[in-house]
Amino acid sequence: MFDLQTLIVALTVFVLAIFIGYEVITKVPPTLHTPLMSGSNAISGIVIVGALLVASKADGLISQILGAIAVGLAMINVVGGFMVTDRMLKMFKRSDGKES
Amino acid sequence: MSTEALFNLNAAGIAYIVSAILFILGLKRLGSPATARTGNRLSALAMLLAVLATVFSNDIASWEWILVGVIVGSGIGAYSARKVQMTSMPQLVAIFNGLGGATSAVVAAGELIRLIDLEELIPQDVSITIMASVIVGGATLTGSLIAYGKLQGVVPTRPLLLPIRHVINTVLLLGMIGSTAWFVIDPSISAFLTAAIMAVALGILIVIPIGGADMPVVIALLNSYSGIAGAATGFVLGNNILIIAGSLVGASGLILTRIMTKAMNRSLVNVMLGGFGVDDSTMGASGDDERPVTSILPEDAALILGYAQSVIFVPGYGLAVAQAQHQVRELADLLKIKGITVKYAIHPVAGRMPGHMNVLLAEANVPYDELKDLDEINGEFSSTDVAVVIGANDVTNPSARNDKSSPIYGMPILNVDQAQSVIMMKRSMSSGFAGVQNELFFLEKTQMLFGDAKNSVEKIVGEIKDL
Repeated sequence: MFDLQTLIVALTVFVLAIFIGYEVITKVPPTLHTPLMSGSNAISGIVIVGALLVASKADGLISQILGAIAVGLAMINVVGGFMVTDRMLKMFKRSDGKES
Repeated sequence: MSTEALFNLNAAGIAYIVSAILFILGLKRLGSPATARTGNRLSALAMLLAVLATVFSNDIASWEWILVGVIVGSGIGAYSARKVQMTSMPQLVAIFNGLGGATSAVVAAGELIRLIDLEELIPQDVSITIMASVIVGGATLTGSLIAYGKLQGVVPTRPLLLPIRHVINTVLLLGMIGSTAWFVIDPSISAFLTAAIMAVALGILIVIPIGGADMPVVIALLNSYSGIAGAATGFVLGNNILIIAGSLVGASGLILTRIMTKAMNRSLVNVMLGGFGVDDSTMGASGDDERPVTSILPEDAALILGYAQSVIFVPGYGLAVAQAQHQVRELADLLKIKGITVKYAIHPVAGRMPGHMNVLLAEANVPYDELKDLDEINGEFSSTDVAVVIGANDVTNPSARNDKSSPIYGMPILNVDQAQSVIMMKRSMSSGFAGVQNELFFLEKTQMLFGDAKNSVEKIVGEIKDL
């Protein structure tokens, strides 16, 4: 729970992060756009932090179950996303046979 | 708050900053295939750090449920990451996007129930962000599931147009604004559920009128939404790492969406309104074209290729459908042994999602430095002996450059028609997704090689070995 001032701080963080994201991601070459999508997908699994916060404070059965569902869904994203991205990036090789 | 608890919170705050830096560095390393793999690992490390910081800075009431979630979720994630075929990558990403949205919605629901149990007044900024989480999250979930269904062929890929869909969508949109206002005044479960149900319905209705060929745009956009939903959850919980990581993903998805719409010569509004590709039947009339084309056999193609000095392969999704990547790479290897330069021209919409064709070719051991994108390769066609188009169509149609009356006029294309000669591998004379006849077929320099791409390339390989 937070007041207006913290909301403004949060908005500042949000806007600055969008700008950094834009700068960094425009430099990703087209050849890596699929791994970029699956990798950023895994990063959006950061809601695992929110899921853990909710699950850790849960006391009733309903909120405990909701917390567990949220943690489970986020873990599919995190584990699946990073693993499949690694699997793809492993395949990218240069013509001199060097692994990426 | 005890000093120990305060210390834990500060330590977590610092861990979150480190984690944010690692996420950004990880994404930065995706700037080159040589560093991308370590970049992905940095991001994974950042995630681990954020999770550990959260676990250790909070008193967790009961571990059992959380552990069940972690074990089941990791198991499903690991299994699908190992088993998925590279051709099905768009489906996997679609599903993962949807799960990201679902998580945000469930977290918002959990937080709401907790706040209601506390019987404290819920501040307006929190209630607004709870609604943002559940609306964006819910719509992302069902929109992604429909996109998955269309890619997988479970849901009809042609656009399904409800007669009064714009009215329904507007009513749903107004309904969500209304229920958000209701929720802010009186944060109740019923207001929350009303918005959730409408968001879920809107997700379905938004994606269902969009044709299968436009799915790359939809996936990129949903990718962005899953990030924005995460950032919204960060606002709900007042947690900066969620906001930062969520906006990085949001930005990434938006950039990819813009690249895709530009490559298709469409506006985002135009894609979202849907219905593209509906009038196939009327446009298909041009399929009755009686103009003559030159048709050749694999043996002829082998001769043309064997005596060329430079060759550019232009793969399209038809190549992946025919599973001919490995045969094409074998052919390329043979040509390289003969001293012929080989390159691959990759159009941004060559696959079913951004960069999909590059992954499919990398799987077939094609070196990534031979894969050239549109801007890199287009100047090189005029100095190339043979361009071999395999299962691509619309992206090679010179009408996009020359014919102002063509529906695809203005779309960026590969200038295949500028090569000295063109071999076009195709199943039939049928037109592409856009339903437009390809002028390339009728050029004097173009030779059509009809049949299954895999079969044809195999035969060419055999012939070249005997040359």
